[in-house]
Amino acid sequence: MELDSQQNGPLQIVRVNSARIDAAVAIEFKDAMRQVTDTGSPTVILDLSTVEFIDSSGLGAIVASMKHMGQERSLVLAGLTPTVDKVFRLTRMDSVFGVFPTLETALDVHAA
Amino acid sequence: MQSPLKVSDVQISITSGEFAVREALAALLEALTPLELDVEETGTIELVLAEAMNNIVEHAYPPEDVPGPINVKCSRQADGLRFQIKDCGRPMPDGVTPIGLPVDLDVEFSDLPEGGFGWFLIKDLAKDVVYRRVDDANQLTFRLALAG
Repeated sequence: MELDSQQNGPLQIVRVNSARIDAAVAIEFKDAMRQVTDTGSPTVILDLSTVEFIDSSGLGAIVASMKHMGQERSLVLAGLTPTVDKVFRLTRMDSVFGVFPTLETALDVHAA
Repeated sequence: MQSPLKVSDVQISITSGEFAVREALAALLEALTPLELDVEETGTIELVLAEAMNNIVEHAYPPEDVPGPINVKCSRQADGLRFQIKDCGRPMPDGVTPIGLPVDLDVEFSDLPEGGFGWFLIKDLAKDVVYRRVDDANQLTFRLALAG
């Protein structure tokens, strides 16, 4: 699972280069997220705009990534495609994360 | 509006394994393209089928067991798409599916759930969910309503 990371001051933007975060790659995703977020940026924006599908294993892996970062840091989700958005809404996990429709809107809010 | 396009009964057979669910989902969605489903319907179908088959790969055929067949049947009915998923793996504990309650989010940060979403999603999105153990096989049936 390949993740692109870009540091923008205190903001780290992590982009998922994959169309799916599902049971087949959930552990790989979680490990990759651990590695990439261990730089310690207070806010990490996870750009999910290329992700068309996520299942409950993928959702669990994103929650695990947030918990690994710790409560003092924040993991923000951006660019949720329709099915990904549906999974977060139905499970009410959208209330646990900051969720933004696009990377630009997430940046506008967090760059201030 | 009823789609004028017909799709005959779809049957997909795969062997349980790491990427089996992806393969089955791709084949199923490909077979359903004549129905011209919208992104919402396609997402629901893919999600419910993924959760149901992930459970089979994880629990009916756990890694220490020999992988076995998973058969998916889908037929178009007046009230939506009816699915049957069969496998020859281990039965559901106690012979019933989990209830599938929503996860509890009113918890400490460190206790936020990393699992337990699957059956909730299935039961929330699918109708008439029935599990039966028939002749050493697991049989899960459910219906997904289509809009319009």
